[in-house]
Amino acid sequence: MKVIKIDKKDWAGGLDKASSGYRFFGPVEDKECHNFKELDKGELPDFNFSNTRLSAKSVVFPQTEAMFEYSLDENEADHHLMKECRKNDAPRAVLGIRPCDASAFLLVKRNFDNPEYRDPWWVKAYESTTFAGLACNNPCASCFCTSAGCGPFDEKGLDVLLVDAGDHFLAKVVTEKGRKMLAAAGWNAETDADIEALKKDAESKISSFVPTDKLKDKTTMELYNAAFWEEAAFACLNCGTCTYSCPTCWCFDIQDESKGKSGIRMRNWDSCMYPLFTLHGSGHNPRGTKIHRVRQRFMHKLKYYVDKYGDGIQCVGCGRCIRLCPVNIDIRKICEKMNSYEPKAGDCNR
Amino acid sequence: MSNYTDKIREISERLLKEGRVDMVIGFKQGTMPMMNEPCFVKKPEDVSKLVWDSHCGINLANYLTDRKEKIGVIAKGCDSRNIVTHIIENKIKREQLVIIGVPCKGMIDRRKIASMSDAEILSVAEQNGKVIVKTKDAEKRYERTDLLQKNCALCVHRNPVIYDELAADLVEEQKNVDRYADIREIEAMPPDEKWHLFDDLFSACIRCYACRNACPLCYCPTCFVDESRPQWVGKSTDPIDTKTFHFLRAYHCAGRCTDCGACERACPVGINMRLLTRKLEKDCFESFGWEAGLSLDQRPPLDVYKTNDPEDFIK
Repeated sequence: MKVIKIDKKDWAGGLDKASSGYRFFGPVEDKECHNFKELDKGELPDFNFSNTRLSAKSVVFPQTEAMFEYSLDENEADHHLMKECRKNDAPRAVLGIRPCDASAFLLVKRNFDNPEYRDPWWVKAYESTTFAGLACNNPCASCFCTSAGCGPFDEKGLDVLLVDAGDHFLAKVVTEKGRKMLAAAGWNAETDADIEALKKDAESKISSFVPTDKLKDKTTMELYNAAFWEEAAFACLNCGTCTYSCPTCWCFDIQDESKGKSGIRMRNWDSCMYPLFTLHGSGHNPRGTKIHRVRQRFMHKLKYYVDKYGDGIQCVGCGRCIRLCPVNIDIRKICEKMNSYEPKAGDCNR
Repeated sequence: MSNYTDKIREISERLLKEGRVDMVIGFKQGTMPMMNEPCFVKKPEDVSKLVWDSHCGINLANYLTDRKEKIGVIAKGCDSRNIVTHIIENKIKREQLVIIGVPCKGMIDRRKIASMSDAEILSVAEQNGKVIVKTKDAEKRYERTDLLQKNCALCVHRNPVIYDELAADLVEEQKNVDRYADIREIEAMPPDEKWHLFDDLFSACIRCYACRNACPLCYCPTCFVDESRPQWVGKSTDPIDTKTFHFLRAYHCAGRCTDCGACERACPVGINMRLLTRKLEKDCFESFGWEAGLSLDQRPPLDVYKTNDPEDFIK
């Protein structure tokens, strides 16, 4: 595939040129961290980051998203009708998304876009987005992407892979969408520069590895009943930090909010850590205690997903949950425990 | 402080062997720099898991709520004050506990250390009052006293206020600490400036509730933000709902908060919600001469009625 050389002095100009055809999103530093936001006209993404505090999933799957709206005001023509909210589906491009976060969209896609169900809002937002990723030249010590079917230069979720090569970017064209975006920016200097060496160098810096090979052969109920969950869950506060920062957590909750004579139906990120998660109308919650919730999170990512889709774990190894957990619960350790688990007589933790 | 570890293990082993407790709640070595994980130990042979250093900022009183076992619990000054509050509020019984007091010299501010370097922090160690911070290409030394967590720098109750065992000699308390300089600045602001400050303070909040869940005071079976029949607070990212959560939570902590700093430490986006709790702490101190969690014999000012109350409206 083609590689285009983009001189950094042509970066701002190219983005400006392309901005008539794209809404740009990129990492911006605010307070103590970088996060993705829609860039204002002329605003440049700030690539001086290792990874953003929160993942880029909100660009396609916002924490709060209005789906429908209604009015009870009889003076309005379509009062008492639930109408789909208008969305801005104009083409957008995410600049500087890390390969792990981009490949996370492919995992999440299985939930939102499959033969049985297509989530219109997620699909529209996803399809209108071009992912121009930034390769990770210096992965963190807590990243384990290469154990999670991903890597610092992984291309599979991307349309363009940008590699920072000092005074220029090397932009590898991965898809037609990516080619169009580069063309819109006027970047067309093809080069035969090889990014393989940089890729190998970055991969060699990954220091964290997690075995996942035996998960699929474990018996679900044996893992579910394993004794280690009590210890693994003890420290957990049941806050939503891990799930909210995770690029692959997709659960949401639907809420209606009204004010005066109008209202909206929206969805908000949900978290398996929360007491309202899976709470039945009867008041019963099948995941009513801390152990149930912690087990749900890890079993979903590392066992149910593995069994259901047969394509590895529901994790891209970005390491956010490890870095942000207030009590240092480490998915790498839990995964090791699950992967190496052999049931012992007397193990039961229902 | 790391030499506390041996003593903590020795005491814990003894308590478990003698059958005085069913479990000891403490910290085990974390997998990330500046992080330890709260844990329990049930067997004497497992006490080697327990550690103590400057990264034990999570308040262990949080792990005692409604437990039925006999528990040995490691408690620095603030944890011990929250244990007192827990006992007063019937969340645990005094006779269930063997409190292993840890005279504390303050926890290290992991956020501050992370902010001082562009490179990833690979390890943080301590030697003779110096903190040694290693990144891939550099090793820097800092004075420990310059790196204390903000609440620890202001702490005037480093020694446990209630204990059955001690992991070290008591430490000298910090004197002449002005706990409320920043609060007075906010009090002096005109309303619109305050409004702007609070807007900005909570703008990064993602409603993960790490602050609430790390707080030993927040043990309600159903928090008001989780109440759904009827629902009290919206669940979206609406800034009004977010601020409602923070303000109301702070009020629920009035007269009970020990400024242990667990909330701010736990926050994934670095919000200083202690600005709210310390304002209420200041009010309780100025109005009632009250500091939370110092005595088992006195109830917090907001859950008690006194016939000699100075205010007429309540008589």
